[in-house]
This record gives sequence, structure tokens and C-alpha cells, in this order.
Amino acid sequence: MAFDSSDNKLWLSGNEAIALGAWEAGVQVASGYPGTPSTEIMGNLACYEGVYAEWAPNEKVGLEVAIGASFAGVRALATMKHVGMNVAADPLFTAAYTGGRGGLVVLNADDPQMHSSQNEQDNRNYAFAAKLPMFEPSDPAEAKEMLQQAYHLSEQLDTPVIFRITTRIAHVKGVVNKGERIQVSPGTIEKMPGKFVMLPGNARVRRAEVEKRMAAARELAETLPENRLEDGDRKRGFITSGTPYNYVKEAFPEAAVLKLGMVWPLPEKMIREFADSVDELFIVEELDPFLETHIKAMGIDCHGKDLIPNQGELNSFIVRKSIDPDSVGDLFAPLDLPMRPPNMCAGCPHRGIFYSLSKMKDVFVSGDIGCYTLGFLPPLSAMDSCVCMGASVTIAHGMAKALGKEGEGKLVAVLGDSTFMHSGITGLLNTVYNQSYASVIILDNRITAMTGHQNNPASGKNIKGEPANAIDFEQLCKAVGVKRVVVVNPHDIDASRKVLKEEIESTEPSVIISRAPCVLLPEEIKRKKPVYYTNFDNCSGCKSCIRLGCPAISWHPLTKEEAVERGYKEKQKGYAEIAEVQCNGCGQCACLCKFDAITLREAN
Amino acid sequence: MKQSGNILFSGVGGQGILLASELTAYAQLEAGFDVKKSEVHGMAQRGGSVEAHLRYGERVYSPLIEPGTADILVAFEIMEAARYLPYLHKDSAVVVNTQKILPPAVAMGKAVYPDDILDELTSRGINVVALDAFAVAREVGEPRTANVAMVGAMSNFLSVNKQVFLDVIDTRVKEAFRDVNKKAFEAGRELVYA
Repeated sequence: MAFDSSDNKLWLSGNEAIALGAWEAGVQVASGYPGTPSTEIMGNLACYEGVYAEWAPNEKVGLEVAIGASFAGVRALATMKHVGMNVAADPLFTAAYTGGRGGLVVLNADDPQMHSSQNEQDNRNYAFAAKLPMFEPSDPAEAKEMLQQAYHLSEQLDTPVIFRITTRIAHVKGVVNKGERIQVSPGTIEKMPGKFVMLPGNARVRRAEVEKRMAAARELAETLPENRLEDGDRKRGFITSGTPYNYVKEAFPEAAVLKLGMVWPLPEKMIREFADSVDELFIVEELDPFLETHIKAMGIDCHGKDLIPNQGELNSFIVRKSIDPDSVGDLFAPLDLPMRPPNMCAGCPHRGIFYSLSKMKDVFVSGDIGCYTLGFLPPLSAMDSCVCMGASVTIAHGMAKALGKEGEGKLVAVLGDSTFMHSGITGLLNTVYNQSYASVIILDNRITAMTGHQNNPASGKNIKGEPANAIDFEQLCKAVGVKRVVVVNPHDIDASRKVLKEEIESTEPSVIISRAPCVLLPEEIKRKKPVYYTNFDNCSGCKSCIRLGCPAISWHPLTKEEAVERGYKEKQKGYAEIAEVQCNGCGQCACLCKFDAITLREAN
Repeated sequence: MKQSGNILFSGVGGQGILLASELTAYAQLEAGFDVKKSEVHGMAQRGGSVEAHLRYGERVYSPLIEPGTADILVAFEIMEAARYLPYLHKDSAVVVNTQKILPPAVAMGKAVYPDDILDELTSRGINVVALDAFAVAREVGEPRTANVAMVGAMSNFLSVNKQVFLDVIDTRVKEAFRDVNKKAFEAGRELVYA
């Protein structure tokens, strides 16, 4: 059987499958903020006819947009990574009371192992805390199908539904069956104040509704096809969900498995019957003992986190080894090799700023989330804290208040354009209002770069690349009340360092906008700037350029003999070389070279 | 015909690993297998280590290759071959591009790129096939086809018919690059004819 799209089979990532599933489910409005591993859902959904999709400045905004669409009677989707759920938690918990009119699904992507995240929180806990049903698929094909059920249930029970995926759903590709889009109708206004206006009197009434609804969901869970028994050997029985289901099927193919597609609320009767039917019960789940805790609360004895790690990703090897240690053989031991961490790209505008900051040893650099977090790595090593989106500004302010005069000239916050708009603006407002002196550097490269180049309110383009308003940071900062607003070109290291020094030393709030586009933007790649080359005769081996940490520049060590042979002084320890194919022509290294050893290759 | 298997792709961001693993996945799908592939995104453009796990069989559950079970490792850089040693078994085949890309610590002179790194694999009895995929690609006239030359070399270890790969290139690669990619595939395949 040949694989082609004529029999409606597609080869899709989980995120592509979810976008397709949202389209088939008749979603008409979708909003989200980019965040690995969730990003590609919205990017793909924007390509479908009949769906309005947008990039919101943050996850709270995105979820509220989706709630609005649901209130207008259409199916809506909000997407976010796990830490984005924290930002969106405020509307989430109250939307649990209001319900909506059109089906509302909150797509949440967890990142076990922290491939691209600052923490490893298990957002199944949100389903429990917010009293919301939660679905969890095991692969792309199932994700697409299960999303249909999520929308159905959302409307049947009048509740938002959380749809939880992890990195190994989002970025796994598999075979998916294409379906049809359901019929949709345009939105309408229907006033339902008792349900939509959550002042205390109404909220108390809705609070009781939440309990009734969860009781109904619990009952439904017993017969939902997404919760299913896969019969097998009953010596060991497994309860599992999501990606860990796959690992159980590979590690213990003969065993009986209760696969939960809806992980909250739990089908207590089904679980109890299954537990009674097996000799030994194992709960296999990634991260927290979520299922285990609630199953143990039912008074059921089981194994779980006593055997299986509660940190990091699982795989079939870990599952097998945890439960049946004697069944796994020896592996080849890893070799001791230099690590290959990610690095800022050649020509990255952020590098110039962090280079300057690396020279200010007394200054505490309050960092933030984005490509520029890599400014932490050697040789720049110029970031002293990084907690969450937007926190650079507020943490610098808090430190300023704690340090008083002692901290003057020693505090600076650094964050990107997208992060500033996500949740830095309110922090800046606070800095000004409460009279602090911490300076803020906005690294304005006009794109949300880290997640793969999503347009944002500073790009001048919307999610589809159509023209949109581009925020004016200078005007915004001045309106917030910052009197000192300066713009620098980060590639001009000498000039920008001078400005940075002045502004950090200032005793009133200041904003430095470091403005240069990301070098990976398609229009920048097309521009093909002239590159730099090393004039080897002039290289003195001073390593000034090496200290930039640019991936296009490498160091060649020399012995005394080799140095002499190349015409250098005997004591010269080596020389630097620019790989011209990698150079993006930013010129930062040329700014630093005092020996005229870095030269611009003129365009032919 | 082998009924299931695990192919691990490794290298450095920007080397074209995703296209190589995509073409291989489509070839296995055409051959009638169920296929799952797992990638880690996000940091890939920024020069870090990149890996893609491809598993095929009658029914594939886990998208991740277990340590000790990769049948083929397709490594686009020498050190990125050695890094995945724990994923290999004694009958694994390693197809490795002889390119060296210096990691930051080496480029800065703070660490040394280990010599004779492939010996670490061969000395454990692993079948290592090394090729200069860039030389192959340059020879066919397009250096950017090194990744497809690697797929060609790797294809010798699969039971999928050569024509299936060529058809996949025909349907999945942009028209302007089809012929040169097919040439790169054939050149890579012939270089390591097993």
C-alpha cells in the first residue's frame, strides 16, 4: 500500500495534527502566544480558510480572546506552553465558572525534560485546581481525533476543556487520517448576565454549577471511548496516559493496560474494577504523581513514583528498567566529549550588548526569556538572573529598592521586544511610578525569534505576514513616564557601550532600545551583506574577537615553531580565523580588533 | 525484509538533518510501514546538537529510540556520531559525514576536539562507514545536497528499494532541486555500496 494523500492519510507533527483537528472541529477564532513546544499549532491554523488566528502579546490576552469568541457562540482555541498557563491562569479559573456558548479548548503544551523551558511544571494539576476536564492524547493521530471529543464535551457540559500535550506529541510526526470540517454558523450576541458576569452573587450560583458539572463529567468518564481497557496479562496491570502509554506498550506489550484519554476527572469505577482484576497495579506517568495521588486517594494500592522517576522525560527503556531492572542489558557508556550548547548566531545583534555588559563586572544583569538568555553562556557570561517572562524589569526594580544607594549604577534589566510587550510594560510602569533607577535594555530585533520567527506587535506584520501596526517603543516608554529613552545600534560596540554605561549610571529610570533586526529574518538573509575576513599577517593573537563567542570565529593554537613558521612572534600563542561562509557581516569583531586584522570583503 | 527498525539522525543545527529524516520517513511510509519520528525544535537554528529519532514497523508506539537499540546512526558530524554511542548496539551501522564542526569551547581554545574519535566506535565492533558528504555534494554541483548524499549512503542498509527514495525526492523536493538531489542520493549510495 503506497502512502499518499489520496486515501486521506497525512504525515503530520502533533502540532500540525492539532491545527487540522481544530479546523475540522469548526474552530472559528484562535489566539495564542508562541512558546515551545506549542508554537506551530497557531502558525498552521492561520493557513486554514474559515479560521481567524492571531498572535496575542501574551497568554492571558490569548485566552481572554478565546473566551470572548466562545461567549459569541463560536468554537474557540487558545494555545500556550506550560508556563504560559500560569500567565493565563487568571481568566482560566473564572472561565471555569462562566462556561461559554461555543466550545472552548485551552491547548497546553508541557515540556518534560525542559528542552526549551525554564521549569518542568506538570499542568495536569491545573485541571484539578481549576476544576476543568482535561484530555491527553498519546500521538498525533489521536490528538486530532480527541480534539473533536474535547469540543463536544466542552459544549455538552458548558465548560472550558484543557487539552494537554507534551513535547513528544507536539514535535512527533506520525500518520494522521484527514477528516471533514463540521458545519459552522457565524457568532451571535446573546446576553446571559447570570452566567457571564462574575460578581460574587452570580459567582456563588455558578460555583455550585461547577460541582454539578464535574460530577457529570466524572460519570461520563466511565463510558467515554477515550478511556479504554486494552486487555492482556493481569499479573501486572498498568494505568497510563499521554506519551507514557506508548512506553508501556513497548516495554510490557503483553500486559493489561487501562489507557486514560481524559485524565481529569477520573473514572473511579473503571479504575477500581481494573485495580481489583490485576495482581499488581503500576501507574506510569511523566513528572508528578498526578494519577497516582488521586488513585491512592480512592484507597487503591499501587506502584508509581516509588519506582518511576518524577523528573525528566520517560522512554520505554526507563519504564522497563524501573519496573523490571533485571530485564535490561548493559549499554555502551557515553564518551567524554565537549558539549555543543546552542549559541547566538553569527551576526546576532544581541551579542554586542552582552559583550559590553560582560565588561561591566560590578553590574548585575537581570535577564529574561528569549534567544538572548544565551548571553549567560561563556565567553560572554553576562546574565545574573532569569526567572520568567518580563521579570527582568521587576527584579531589577526590587533589587534597586533593596540596595538603595548601594545599587546605583549597578543594575540593568535586559529583555527582548516580544518579552517586553508580553509582560515587561507593566513592570516598567512600576519602575517609573515607584521611582527606581534600574535601567532597562530592550533588545528590539522586531520578531519573536527564539520560537522560530513569529511576528509580534513590533514587527509591523500580523500572523499571516499582512501589514499591521508596529508599536513605537520610544513613544510608549515616554508615555509610561521614562524621560531617558535612547536608541543604539548594537553592532557599533564602542558607541553602544558608551551609552550603556551612561544610562546604567543614571539615577533615574532609563530605557535603552538596542535596535537591529534578527540576522535570520528572510529579508536579512536575502540582503547578503559583505562579510569580513581575517588578515592573518596582522593577527596578533590577542583573542579580543574570540571573546565575542561568535560561531564564525575560531581559534587556532600554535606551538613556538609553528608561530615562527607563520611569521609571527615566537610567543604568539595562536591566531583567529573568520569562517567567511558563516559570517553575516555584522562587523562587531572588526570594532574590537585593534590590529587591523579583520577586514571587510568588498562586494565584487 | 526487516520488519521494524530504529534510525537515529544526529548533527548540528543547520546541516539539513530534518530534510534527511523526512525523506527517509516518507520512503518507509511508501514501503508500507507505520512510522513515527521525533525531533527537538527550538534551539536547532542556534548551532546546538540536533537529533531526530525515526522508528518504523508494523505498528510503532514510542516515538523515541531506546538506548542500545539504534540500528542505524546517520551522523552529520564526527563528534555527533560519538556522542550517541549509548544508543548503539554491537550490530549497529554508523554512517558518518567526516565533517568537523567545532563546538564553542573548542573554537575558543578552551577544549580540544578529540582525535581518532571514530576508533572509539570501531573498537567496539560497530560497523562505521565514513564519507565526505560535502565532497560528494560538490561533485554533483550543489554543496547543499550533502544531507541527501548521506541519505543515499544510509539507504544501503535498508531493504527499501532505491526507486522508492528517488520517487520520494520527486514528490517531496522542490522542482528546481529535484535532479541534483537525486544525483546526490545516487552518488552517496554508490560510494558506500554495501
